[in-house]
Amino acid sequence: MSSPQSRPGDPQITPELVSEHGLSPSEYQKIQGILEREPSYTELGVFSAMWSEHCGYKNSKRMLKLLPTKAPWVIQGPGENAGVIDIGDDLALVFKIESHNHPSAVEPYQGAATGVGGILRDIFTMGARPIAVLDSLRFGDLNSGRVRYLFSGVVQGVGDYGNCVGIPNIGGEVYFDKGYEGNPIVNAMCLGLMKKDSLIKGEAEGVGNLLVAVGTATGRDGIHGATFASEELNEDSQSSRPQVQVGDPFTEKLLLEASLELIHSGYITGIQDMGAAGITSSAAEMGGRSGNGVEINIDWVPVREPNMTPYEILLSESQERMLVVVKTGHLKEVQAILNKWELEADEIGCVTNDGLFRVTEENKTVAAIPCLALTEGCPTYEREGKESPEIKSLRSKDLSHLKIKSSGYENIFLDLLGSANIGSKRWLYNQYDTTVRTNTVIAPGEADAGVIRLRESNKAIAATTDCNGRYVYLNPRMGAKAAVAEAARNLVCVGALPMAVTNNLNFGNPLKSEIYYQFREAVLGMSEACKLFETPVTGGNVSFYNETSSTPIYPTPVIGMVGIIDDIKHLTRPFFQESGDEILLLGNNTDELGGSEYLYVSEDLVAGEPPIVDLLAERQLQHSVLSMISKGLLQSAHDLSEGGLACALAESAFGNETNPFGVDVVLQDRLEPIPLFFGEAQGRIIVSCKKHSGNQVLQTAKNHGVPCRLIGEVVPASSGFRIAGRTVSVELDIETMSDRFFNAIPDLMNQKNDP
Amino acid sequence: MKVAIITFPGSNCDYDLYKCVQLVGGNPEFLWHRDSSLGKVDAVMLPGGFSYGDYLRAGAIAAMSPIMAAVKEFADHGGPVLGICNGFQVLCEANLLPGALLPNTSLLFASKEVTLSVENNSTIFTDLYESDRSLRMPIAHAEGNYYADEETLERLEEDGRVMFRYLGPQGKPTNESNPNGSANHIAGIINTKGNVMGMMPHPERAVETILGSVDGLDLFKSLLNHISASKRV
Repeated sequence: MSSPQSRPGDPQITPELVSEHGLSPSEYQKIQGILEREPSYTELGVFSAMWSEHCGYKNSKRMLKLLPTKAPWVIQGPGENAGVIDIGDDLALVFKIESHNHPSAVEPYQGAATGVGGILRDIFTMGARPIAVLDSLRFGDLNSGRVRYLFSGVVQGVGDYGNCVGIPNIGGEVYFDKGYEGNPIVNAMCLGLMKKDSLIKGEAEGVGNLLVAVGTATGRDGIHGATFASEELNEDSQSSRPQVQVGDPFTEKLLLEASLELIHSGYITGIQDMGAAGITSSAAEMGGRSGNGVEINIDWVPVREPNMTPYEILLSESQERMLVVVKTGHLKEVQAILNKWELEADEIGCVTNDGLFRVTEENKTVAAIPCLALTEGCPTYEREGKESPEIKSLRSKDLSHLKIKSSGYENIFLDLLGSANIGSKRWLYNQYDTTVRTNTVIAPGEADAGVIRLRESNKAIAATTDCNGRYVYLNPRMGAKAAVAEAARNLVCVGALPMAVTNNLNFGNPLKSEIYYQFREAVLGMSEACKLFETPVTGGNVSFYNETSSTPIYPTPVIGMVGIIDDIKHLTRPFFQESGDEILLLGNNTDELGGSEYLYVSEDLVAGEPPIVDLLAERQLQHSVLSMISKGLLQSAHDLSEGGLACALAESAFGNETNPFGVDVVLQDRLEPIPLFFGEAQGRIIVSCKKHSGNQVLQTAKNHGVPCRLIGEVVPASSGFRIAGRTVSVELDIETMSDRFFNAIPDLMNQKNDP
Repeated sequence: MKVAIITFPGSNCDYDLYKCVQLVGGNPEFLWHRDSSLGKVDAVMLPGGFSYGDYLRAGAIAAMSPIMAAVKEFADHGGPVLGICNGFQVLCEANLLPGALLPNTSLLFASKEVTLSVENNSTIFTDLYESDRSLRMPIAHAEGNYYADEETLERLEEDGRVMFRYLGPQGKPTNESNPNGSANHIAGIINTKGNVMGMMPHPERAVETILGSVDGLDLFKSLLNHISASKRV
């Protein structure tokens, strides 16, 4: 192996320098072994980025292997820029979720915006046109001024970027809990659509083909972003602002159009976003996947600033850049396409046959590392996991003697409707363009999942993101199962068959045994649920080190799930349609209260055993609802989640503000009123059907072995809302409820105090 | 009806408009901002989006692109020109329409369904609408706050050149239901000759039942009828 030269000004490699690069002494030894010599400073930087948690998945890879990834409809599983599934009619759906938690914690607007930018590029570099975005967000308590700043900045960042590029936002979720105070979670998911034969991969094919950098010039922004994302946040993190990249959605839109045109032109063999670890990761990954090598001539890389070193150029995370492999002799044609879109394209190197990631400067080699050592050689660890005794005792807390607050059921119910977690999320999605591209048939806030129709057929695509971090915190395995089950339930409620999953695993520092325990348990739970629901995981993202001053976030394995509605006429919404319609409950009420929003709002408590998920019962429930929908029996279907039965009924009643209804429901369960009304037992869906069709619904449920009963009827809004148990009846007028529900977040955002 | 849809770098509703024109039986054609001639077309439409990123003022750079000289000439000769959202902003920046579009008073992007009154149903863009009809269609913009000086506003009102206003739940314009703070609750205006119209709401997103509203259809059909009629003469 030709030895790279040390450059004038390169610092001496010391154990401290190695440690600053996030590499352990044994990892450094491994590098020495691979190279059979000492690395140069440039090479140390390259290894540091590629072997960071963010790029190398060193503490997660072994567990991730346990997830199911295959199914006959999976065209591309984990390992590429995004997952791909076959949706029939010669079409393929491309989708992925990604996190931008750390950048958003220090610079919420740009952090969130560039998160959206990155995930869009992952989709269109596969050859697909992005058709929808979803965002999964977590923040602390909105009573804190800092949290309001982070929340409004992130929402504007997500919105401005997607709005400008012109991709509709069709859903997602946001939770507020003190558990996310200093470390918000910003996960963005994107869906893309393409003809199956347009699929292109991030591979450096064809020795002698040219490596071409497209898009903005390389600057000093975001250097070592991947390494930054692999550390805990602390008081000094604000000084990391220069590591946060700045987004340019206008250039992104041009890149999007140009990339799709390039892919269809046939002049290129591979294309990849320069995301985390910039040129380094894109070139090494493309070389690694094809088994070829890559050579980069650092003098040819267009730069924004003078005197940038190879180290800086290789590790910059300047946004809106792509690496393209151009067939020999076609550079002119490629440049013509890019110039039409006002973009620059510069040859920066070529595909070689020696398997090396080689970088030259003025004809001298400054780095020469086997591609596979960078992409596959990163050491992986399986660590010891042990449950934290504090969480264990929280989980065992006895909740059976809780009494309702003296303010009474009506006021607690209103407090729940007005809580940031249950209240309407209109404040957010009114900042997102949801209707551009004129294919959105269910926009955010209109159902449990977003839906995009396909112009090419009668089908529609549904997508959702889900995860209740409190459940996962209290019982990681059960909580992860609940996340998968709820995502599937959400899809089923709009009439979609769940097909596949992309996941975003947000956790604290995996080197701590109690965090690794959460991670391992969550992956195991997710794996079990995804297997049973036949929804393979086609890719995703792991985000560790989500801690502020050593306090970890709730473990939050977000599930992004996609499904297919076979015939758009079966599209179903959660809102009641007509007075006199019958309301039925599928699934069983239980006395479970652990991890509920009720406990958080009323008792300021996150404790207890989270609701148990019976995966087989879930699957039967989902099949029965899909069967009811395809028979045309249902007027509405709505999943039960935070706030339980009472809140779900309220959402179905007046969630559609232009057409509100009342509800009259009587329950015979032998349960205490608190868990009956507000408990979050899993595996439940409320449906409504036309008067006198209840029997057919009951029969269908019975055929699927699903418990189902008539619980009441839809009444005019003027008749109000009544939910009655055996001992307690709660009655409220719709206007009061609706007012609390729709003003929940605006009221919190408008407060000026900062306690 | 041959309709030129102008794509600026950053336009993102061009394709939606294309599909919409096809739906009403027109014949759409994309023209690029660098083109200098429109060719033989019956109407010109400027789509929504963020032309040139809207990094200066919304529409400011697009107004100076090569194709806009041809659009001005087309409009001067009485050719119908419709600007939607960013297209409206471009028309104001290009002085084809009076006034300007300022940032929304909330300073936030506003995306939602609005209700509009039809203020003037005797133009080539609106003559299929009954005068008392109210229209539902989406808005999606950060700079839709229509502004003009007092004198211009008075003239617009007197000449019946205010085309659409934002309505409240009671069917009247109110400050609460005005999504961006626009003067006189204006959502769209037309020029003195009646052939250049700009509007912030998106009629092209309200042309199919499955999209939630078909209230935008008659706008495109009005224009199509007008063009077919003028061709027969």
